[in-house]
Amino acid sequence: MSIPGATLFVVTAILAMAGGLMTISARRPLRAAIGLLAHIVSLAGMFLTLNAQLLAALQLLVYAGAIVVLFVFVIMLIGPAAEVGPVQGRITSRTLGIALTIVIVLAVSTSVAYFDAPWVEVPPGFGTVEGLGMAVYKEALVPFEVVSITLLVAIIGAIAVARSRME
Amino acid sequence: MLGIGTYLALASVLFGIGAVGFLSRRNMLVQLMSIELMLNSVNVLLLAFNRAYPGNHDGQVFAFFVIAVAAAEAAVGLAILIAYYRIKRTVDTDDATLLKY
Repeated sequence: MSIPGATLFVVTAILAMAGGLMTISARRPLRAAIGLLAHIVSLAGMFLTLNAQLLAALQLLVYAGAIVVLFVFVIMLIGPAAEVGPVQGRITSRTLGIALTIVIVLAVSTSVAYFDAPWVEVPPGFGTVEGLGMAVYKEALVPFEVVSITLLVAIIGAIAVARSRME
Repeated sequence: MLGIGTYLALASVLFGIGAVGFLSRRNMLVQLMSIELMLNSVNVLLLAFNRAYPGNHDGQVFAFFVIAVAAAEAAVGLAILIAYYRIKRTVDTDDATLLKY
């Protein structure tokens, strides 16, 4: 891995972890959304070190451009009720769940860190719009159409669920 | 030195951050954001494996579909949150007891 790539990876990894921790620890939901935005933007930078240029752009467009804005809209819509108090009750089960998660994550991350594959040269066009687009249209055309129907169903479902029943 | 394993370890740590957030918070908005964190960490994993074996684009195609499904999930999840807020006037998931009694 080249020195600029390694530097970009280290910076984006630290920013991604800081953004994630800010998301789960912030008391105000708007700060959590800003943490999520920092996390997403730094992951888009990290995708560049993995030769995934199109997915880095899609990450910015879909996550930062659509999902975070949707979260901020909902936070604005429900106003002060978006903030709930600190955790209370069922301390034992919560602590047990968190401790178990941390133990599993530590075990998995320390073991997968030994996975080693050489940094082989990527073929030309790897991860570009043309390369990934040809892969999607040649090998995953049916899933691509199914996912477009999924998005359509999600739009209709979101309207049906969030609509007011008062009329 | 930095290798694919570093990316895998980072992806599992990010997944753990999302899982802890989902388990420890009771604000439904933050829980939905934690789900986004977990989905994003899986994308890092898929792209790292695809970078290790760049003969085809399978990992990137998977990540592409994960992004699309995450967008659908966020839209439906936030719609459910709005509907829940209409009923209970809060987004506290500890109060979601309508099906309990």
